[in-house]
Amino acid sequence: MISPETSPPRSSSQSPRSPPAAPFLYISVTDPVKLGNGVQAYISYRVITRTNLPEFQGPEKIVIRRYSDFVWLHDRLAEKYKGIFIPPLPEKSAVEKFRFSTEFIEMRRQALDIFINRIASHPELKQSEDLRTFLQEDEETMERARSQETGIFKKPADLIQIFKDVQTKVSDVVLGKEKPVEETDPEYEKLKHYIFGLEDHLAETQKQAFRLVKRHRELGQSLSDFGKAMKLLGACEGNSLGKVFSELGAKSELLSIKLQKEAHNLLMNFEEPLKDYVRAVQSIKVTFADRANAFRQHCELAETTKLKEINLDKLNLMRSDKVREAEMEYRELKAESEQATRRFETIVRLMNEEIVRFQEQKTADMGLAFHQFAKGQAKLANDIADAWRSVLPKIEACSVSSHHG
Amino acid sequence: MMDPDTGFFASESPAVREEMESLDLSDATAPSSLPFFVEPPSYADVVLKSTFEPQNAVTTPGSGSYPPRAAASDYLRIVVSDPETMQETSNSPVLGGTTYVTYPITTWVRAVGHGGPSVFCVQRRFRDVVTLAARLAEAYRGYFIPQRPDKSVVDGQVMQKHEFAEQRRWELEKYLRRLAEHPVIGRSDELRVFLQAQGKLPLPAATDVASRMLDGAVRLPKQLFGDAAAGRVAPEDVVQPAKEGRDLLRIFKELKQAVANDWGGVKPLVVEEDREFLERKEKMQVLEQQLCTASQQAEALVKAQQDIGETMGEMGLAFIKLTKFETEEAIFSSQKTLSADAKCVATAAVKASRLYRELNAQTVKHLDTLHEYLGVMLAVQSAFSDRTSALLTAQTLMTDLSTLHAKVEKLEVASSKIFGGDRSGLRKVEELNETIRVTEDAKSCALGEYERIKENNRNELERLDREKHDDFLSMLKGFLINQVEYSEKVAIAWAAVVEETCGYARESN
Repeated sequence: MISPETSPPRSSSQSPRSPPAAPFLYISVTDPVKLGNGVQAYISYRVITRTNLPEFQGPEKIVIRRYSDFVWLHDRLAEKYKGIFIPPLPEKSAVEKFRFSTEFIEMRRQALDIFINRIASHPELKQSEDLRTFLQEDEETMERARSQETGIFKKPADLIQIFKDVQTKVSDVVLGKEKPVEETDPEYEKLKHYIFGLEDHLAETQKQAFRLVKRHRELGQSLSDFGKAMKLLGACEGNSLGKVFSELGAKSELLSIKLQKEAHNLLMNFEEPLKDYVRAVQSIKVTFADRANAFRQHCELAETTKLKEINLDKLNLMRSDKVREAEMEYRELKAESEQATRRFETIVRLMNEEIVRFQEQKTADMGLAFHQFAKGQAKLANDIADAWRSVLPKIEACSVSSHHG
Repeated sequence: MMDPDTGFFASESPAVREEMESLDLSDATAPSSLPFFVEPPSYADVVLKSTFEPQNAVTTPGSGSYPPRAAASDYLRIVVSDPETMQETSNSPVLGGTTYVTYPITTWVRAVGHGGPSVFCVQRRFRDVVTLAARLAEAYRGYFIPQRPDKSVVDGQVMQKHEFAEQRRWELEKYLRRLAEHPVIGRSDELRVFLQAQGKLPLPAATDVASRMLDGAVRLPKQLFGDAAAGRVAPEDVVQPAKEGRDLLRIFKELKQAVANDWGGVKPLVVEEDREFLERKEKMQVLEQQLCTASQQAEALVKAQQDIGETMGEMGLAFIKLTKFETEEAIFSSQKTLSADAKCVATAAVKASRLYRELNAQTVKHLDTLHEYLGVMLAVQSAFSDRTSALLTAQTLMTDLSTLHAKVEKLEVASSKIFGGDRSGLRKVEELNETIRVTEDAKSCALGEYERIKENNRNELERLDREKHDDFLSMLKGFLINQVEYSEKVAIAWAAVVEETCGYARESN
């Protein structure tokens, strides 16, 4: 559920006859402020939490957070909640000079707000301790937690794992081994195929939406220039005709402003939601990778356990004195294997629930974006019609026979 | 302007246009009535269409309360067809021969008495057009003569080769129609001969008159009396402006005169009208400047409108693909819902895109008036410089006269001092007096010409004021009405989507 800037119910006092308040958790990310100097400059945000949940320290808490704090939270959740589609974060800005533009800051703020609220409304994620840490701890604690993570930062480990996977694949192929173990569930295949396709389609619509924003700005600019030119031409003509030109010019400039406004509206309420879902789909792909890993581990451990079992039986038959040791090893391995299987099955179960949730959210979020888009376009078109229409009476006043203006 | 379809000068019929509109938007009722997969609109023709409208360029003159001004002309219709390539007939057996291009021109002339209009077909080369333009410029000094193709304001557009021929054909047609519309030039022999005379164009390519121009006041009488080998020259020919390359001396003299004038020298014709004229000239220059800017901005506006329409269409296509995809892969009902919503958006986007495209084609037609009047400004400049050079000629002759008179006076004084008379001196005086008489005639001619041109200027300025007022008004009205019309339609298209998706807004609140 998106609730970017909606304010929670203000009244904390309840009348005695009202039913017990439903549990709520409202978070808003606001007030971006530039801190620091030069290369080390960054944006800090105010994160305001209002809740009646008992797990939290109080009804309201305000903390200061920066982008890397959000990244910390995201990565912790991704580590702990495998199988769940972790809400996506806005990208790090690649271009230095764009980093502090008003528009970029606003886009990022909105995306972060959506991110944190998605976590707060997810049945599992909202219970996470890391979320509570993020929302409540003071800045120093946050910084410590953040730098700890950097030490054992997932990313390098991830890279090593990916590298290992690639190595395995390569060596398997090279050594002529069979393909690495992959699921063959047809429904899951269909889902994967769908998600990859969805990413392409969403990316395309987002690209066009972005271009549309640009076109609005360009049209706005040209209307402004056109308006000025019309005014100057009117000054040449004089009298009633001159007034028509002036009025036309003035309306043209007015419309230019409206177009710039609509461009911004398009960007924030249509293009950004589309981009958001492109990211969301990419997040799903990460879950695919997690599932593949879990599956492989489950298979490998199952296989290894089986081998150990066979070996154990052999030792038993031989009445070897290594039986004890082997039995212990076997039991450990079996436990591990069962754990791996459970992990895999949990991921599968979670994913099935997540995909339903994802589709419903997507429809709702996209529907709203479509609505905002159409509303903006309809209003713009009406404004344009109204502006131009208002000049027509002046033309009627300028009768054909009076041409000595 | 002429309506090429009906062949008559008429203002655009509003009924026809409305029909076109209703046809186009018959699918405006419900989004679901569109085919599921909409063929992508072709955008290639937008550029061609929006840069110029060959057959359908009809500038609607005014609001219809006065007769379309073109209807006064005897030329009912002029059509320039596609150019043809001809072989150059030459006597020399040159391998491969040269080719040239001719334009077939068909003219319908109003009938005199009973019977239908007469039709004339001629073939003209582009250099015939140049000739026509040159002859008109000479014969109709002081008039605002429409600029011939290649002389008008250069388009900033980059054109493909195959578009060039079409562009030239269309410009030629526009040029001839404008000439026909001009109250004076439309009745000229030059135009008549151009449009109707079969075979080669019987107009002299260049006049040699000016080349025989004087080389000092002395030569003039000899030439005027047919003494010089160059042949007879009428005083009226004096009044032709000095042509570069042949009248170096005359140009030099007139330049001296101009300089003398500018530096506070003798100004024999200072009339308050001059000041009025100078003011007018300045105003025209300012107008030209503003028109130039306005024309450029109009072009930019058209391009921006075109771009937004195109992008809207492409976005619509992307949504159609998304719709198809979600429908094919649908497992959950939420997907089907999204698919329907996306289709709704796609439909509106494609519709809006088409509307933008149509609006643009109309906008181009209307704002083209700005461009046209830039061309008119050039004609005005020409006419004003006709006047200036005529004045210069007259002033030069007057200076000559005063010089001659001074000479005569000096000689007479010297003669009177010689005892017994001065035969050679007296003869000289006689010659000088003869020259003076001839120069006086020339001066009269020149002054007459100047007055004539002034009168032409005056009438043309009045005509310009009238026509410009009406044309600008018509342009603004057309532009505004179009914008209102199409914006309303776009609003309706999006309102349908707002309606369909209003549930989501309530949900999020």
